[in-house]
Amino acid sequence: MKIKRHHKTKSLFDPAIVIPAIVDSIKKLNPWHQIKNPVMFVVLVGSILTTGLYVQAIFAHGEAPASFILAITLWLWFTLIFANFAEAMAEGRGKAQAASLKKARRDTPAKKLSSPKYGSSYDTISATTIRKGDVVLVEAGDIIPMDGEIIEGVASVDESAITGESAPVIRESGGDRNAVTGGTRVLSDWLVVRVSSNPGETFLDHMIAMVEGAKRQKTPNEIALSILLAVFTIIFLLATVTLLPFSIYSVLSSGHGVPITVTVLVALLVCLIPTTIGGLLPAIGIAGMDRMIQANVIATSGRAVEAAGDVDVLLLDKTGTITLGNRQAVAFIPAQGVTVEALADAAQLASLSDETPEGRSIVILAKEKYNIRERHIHELEAKFIPFTAQTRMSGVDLGDGRQIRKGSADAIEGYVKKLGGLFPEDLKFNIQNISKTGGTPLVVAEHKNVLGVIQLKDIVKGGIRERFAELRRMGIKTIMITGDNPLTAAAIAAEAGMDDFLAQATPETKLKLIREMQLGGRLVAMTGDGTNDAPALAQADVAVAMNTGTQAAKEAGNLIDLDSNPTKLIEIVEIGKQLLMTRGSLTTFSIANDVSKYFAIIPAAFVGTYPQLNALNIMHLTTPASAVLSAVIFNAIIIIMLIPLALRGIPYKPMSANRLLRDNLLIYGIGGIIAPFIGIKLIDMLLAALHFV
Amino acid sequence: MNWNNIIQGGIYLVVLVLLVKPLGTYMARIYEGKPTGLNIWLGPIERLTYRLSGINPEISMPWKTYAVAVMIFNIIGIVVVYIIQRLQMHLPLNPMSMPPVTPDLAFNTAVSFATNTNWQSYGGETTLSYFTQMLTLTVQNFVSAATGMAVLVAVIRGFIQKQTETIGNFWVDLVRSTLYILLPLAIIFSIVLVSQGAVQTFAPSVKAALIETTKDVTGKVMSEQMIALGPAASQIAIKQLGTNGGGFFNVNSAHPFENPTPLSNFLEVLAILLIAAALCYTFGYMVKDKRQGWAILAAMLIIFIPCLWLCTHVEQQGNPLLSKLGIDQRSSAMQPGGNMEGKESRFGIANSALWATATTAASNGSVNSMHDSYMPLGGLIPMWLMQLGEVIFGGVGSGLYGMIAFIIVAVFISGLMIGRTPEYLGKKIEAYEMKMASLMILIPPMIVLIGTAVSVIVPAAKSSILNPGPHGFSEVLYAFSSAGNNNGSAFAGLTTNTLFYNIAQGLAMFFARYWLIIPALAIAGSLSRKKIVPVSQGTLPTHTPLFIVFLVMVILIVGALTFIPALALGPIAEHLMLTSL
Repeated sequence: MKIKRHHKTKSLFDPAIVIPAIVDSIKKLNPWHQIKNPVMFVVLVGSILTTGLYVQAIFAHGEAPASFILAITLWLWFTLIFANFAEAMAEGRGKAQAASLKKARRDTPAKKLSSPKYGSSYDTISATTIRKGDVVLVEAGDIIPMDGEIIEGVASVDESAITGESAPVIRESGGDRNAVTGGTRVLSDWLVVRVSSNPGETFLDHMIAMVEGAKRQKTPNEIALSILLAVFTIIFLLATVTLLPFSIYSVLSSGHGVPITVTVLVALLVCLIPTTIGGLLPAIGIAGMDRMIQANVIATSGRAVEAAGDVDVLLLDKTGTITLGNRQAVAFIPAQGVTVEALADAAQLASLSDETPEGRSIVILAKEKYNIRERHIHELEAKFIPFTAQTRMSGVDLGDGRQIRKGSADAIEGYVKKLGGLFPEDLKFNIQNISKTGGTPLVVAEHKNVLGVIQLKDIVKGGIRERFAELRRMGIKTIMITGDNPLTAAAIAAEAGMDDFLAQATPETKLKLIREMQLGGRLVAMTGDGTNDAPALAQADVAVAMNTGTQAAKEAGNLIDLDSNPTKLIEIVEIGKQLLMTRGSLTTFSIANDVSKYFAIIPAAFVGTYPQLNALNIMHLTTPASAVLSAVIFNAIIIIMLIPLALRGIPYKPMSANRLLRDNLLIYGIGGIIAPFIGIKLIDMLLAALHFV
Repeated sequence: MNWNNIIQGGIYLVVLVLLVKPLGTYMARIYEGKPTGLNIWLGPIERLTYRLSGINPEISMPWKTYAVAVMIFNIIGIVVVYIIQRLQMHLPLNPMSMPPVTPDLAFNTAVSFATNTNWQSYGGETTLSYFTQMLTLTVQNFVSAATGMAVLVAVIRGFIQKQTETIGNFWVDLVRSTLYILLPLAIIFSIVLVSQGAVQTFAPSVKAALIETTKDVTGKVMSEQMIALGPAASQIAIKQLGTNGGGFFNVNSAHPFENPTPLSNFLEVLAILLIAAALCYTFGYMVKDKRQGWAILAAMLIIFIPCLWLCTHVEQQGNPLLSKLGIDQRSSAMQPGGNMEGKESRFGIANSALWATATTAASNGSVNSMHDSYMPLGGLIPMWLMQLGEVIFGGVGSGLYGMIAFIIVAVFISGLMIGRTPEYLGKKIEAYEMKMASLMILIPPMIVLIGTAVSVIVPAAKSSILNPGPHGFSEVLYAFSSAGNNNGSAFAGLTTNTLFYNIAQGLAMFFARYWLIIPALAIAGSLSRKKIVPVSQGTLPTHTPLFIVFLVMVILIVGALTFIPALALGPIAEHLMLTSL
């Protein structure tokens, strides 16, 4: 099952993003910015130090040739700029999206009603002056000024500014579809909306802030990783700083050479501290958020994104997630004395103008099973009678006077009785049977004669079974939640390949189930849209609220799916895992790199004191100077080379934890040891070919 | 490498691994308070101890209270050892009339024994009275080991308990470790040692007439020799079992009265790793997943065995300079061959190299040969094993909780690599645990590097270095690697009984021990409060060969990367100079 992405994935090196990012990466050299990232701050201090040494070498007696110090200094600054560039790139991609969102946040006029009901007088004021609790009128063509709740009216709304989905959606007062989002446009009819947030606090504002990274806080795992990186930095700082006294002692005691220069010490330090992961860490976090947004999910905190990767149990609503949101016709059961063809014919006629999936499925079933040709409604001079909440029926009045209706058993019974007809007793038995097995009966009547019943059934979504199997391989247990009776629930759960189900679910039983799971130490994720889901959503560790859902549900959730697609949770889990994997793998890579850098720098640094140490120069680097410079250049360039990986993330494939670790260790651990040997040697050969050293 | 070396090393490892399960099970049952032979018999003594000390064994302590108890107990220990050394003139059992120990040396020795380091700046038989040796050093040998074991048990409880504020009672853990584990083993072992000829007496030194007269440094003709005696066997047993290592005599287990026979040598070297290895099994037993204990033991052996092989191999190769002079260093029916400088001919290469590797892998530090006389790479092995943080077996208890810090880091990185918040034994590893584990990993190298750096620059310290070039540097690096990881092994060739070294090493030992115990207990407290996450398909198993290899890589990379520059200027430079001559 492929989940549709509405925002186009931008090309990685789009010039519109790259050029401002270059400017930004220079601006970010500001020490106040760098101090937030201890690893890169150490590089900054080192760069300033070698710059000073270069100045000293020009104007006075330097500790090493000025050209060598300059080369090292320049590459140290490049290391910083490259790391800044990675961050700026990630931010730039976010900003590009924010810009498109901001277009929706135009200063719109708002029609503030004097009293909260349709028809009362209004003043047209600027949306920015509206406050929470105000009531506004929005008519066809107007832009909804603020987030709010519909208190009156029904309208079709274009939400493409937020969701990217061009098909309009219906929003109406009462029920679970009463929330509207500021910046969306009413296409038809009118709405009376009670504003639920102040300017600057709306959903759209929140989303823009999120995308721009302004409100990004470090997530728990990111904090723990920062601690680890700080420790590695301190260890290497110690190992290099103490090298100066060690070197001075060795020179004195052996009587050869000169002590290690500060330039080489700084170079060694920068090569050893985990600059690769340190430099890319902010970019990985921002890119993770960006991927969420590309999947049309808004996270109210980075914590939720990370927790998504840890989920053990998934609670999924049956309807719309496991089964197609709408039931499909599977059989026609005629009343006594009616042929099945007559029933099918009438059912099809009644459904010709019915655009709901149920209606369409009736037309198709009649055509496929009973070979009844689909007729055109204009040929029949028919008049379509739409479904209303009052009649709870729909149907058709044909040009020849036939009146066909379909609807729930109660509604049709009332309809035929009013016309003086009778509801056949034998049909009642069939209707009950359909209900018992989890189906929905739809009764068809022509005038006062009941023709029979259409059996509608839940259809398990194609491919969902495979998706659940995938989840099981990831170690995630799936539980179906449904209001159905246990028999039906069991049948559907088995058909969909779920691990368990909760039948006849109520808000209380849902909450209880989540609490029990959590007490057992499990991390629970669930999706929901209704107000009755809100308590369970608030309790769940990862709660995905549907954008079409009520305000209460949205407030209880920590992730909001703009597509309102319940299976999105699977994608969210993958994004969460990807985020952690990218950090972990690049950390391993960064540390593994150090092995080869020692082989480049240690012999180069001490060969004057102990010439025999040249035996450790296993890469046969040309000169000590080229060895140190090659290591520094490799260290800087690898950051640039890994930017695409940091932004895209490491692909996640569901497999056992052990295999996943093995694969990633082979690539980033062993690869991390080998790659720099090759890279440093190549850079050294290039430097030698250019007669640089 | 010859068959003799392989067979001796092989038998040692097989016997060690065979003893892990029975001893490990026994210790686990003791800590769990289950009836297990001795605690049925000795139970009244345990209960009497609590009653006399006013301890309620039922009270479980929060981690901070536990840490305070550990610190108070240890600081009192340091003070008592210091005072007794200073007053030994006025105390009984001083037949040789030893004068009071100087303040700096007494401080060094007190910290050294309380921290389970047992660095010996003093010469045993020439400095301390029998009273001091028995009532301070031997007592500390027991309780410093028991402290390490108690802290480990508290950390294990952190993994077993869920949503609990407390981590056990320090006094109970201390008493049980001493009474049921260390004392019985030490009593049996010292009797065996006495049977082999180790001395155990209160008699003063005896005079023996020399067969051939000799001259001392002043040119005076000497015709008799003082042979030091004392209650040695009882101290040797516990110094080996408790990874203490402080010998009764100055030359430690190279002395024939400490280590008389091949059998005593085998048992003593076995005792070095015995408890530390068995505690791995205890860990697995107590967390109810024995595979976890075996996995840790396997990781330790994966590092230990190649180190043992390399050390033995290098020593057996002999000195290339001697080979150039045409001196035969091959092993043959007539001689063991190899580099025999500083080694007892009765132990040969195999038992000397085995001892050197075991004593530095564990934080024991006792010696039966002089590590200073090893080939550069042969000496690099013991030094590097200490620099790894004393987690390859390490000290009793302390080695395993140090290893757990490395496991936490390994689990954290591997957890991220599979896209899941890391967990170990069902406990989530978060920022707090990372912070504490990082402290545990960071502090020892910090002490070693800074200590060495100061000592090669400060003139007062530089004058202690007796050898020039990289070897002199190795000696200083070795001394601080030993103190900064609470090992106590000495490279010699360095005059350490000076004001500078006594104070500097004393501080190094103090911080290396207690700055690790406190974060270890903090981890225990934090883990204890957490829920246990049930195992699922997405959980990374931590007993698989893959994880074991990954853990080994983390230990090696952290250990190696920190010390490679320093080692390059010491043993590596020396080795390359020697081979290129």
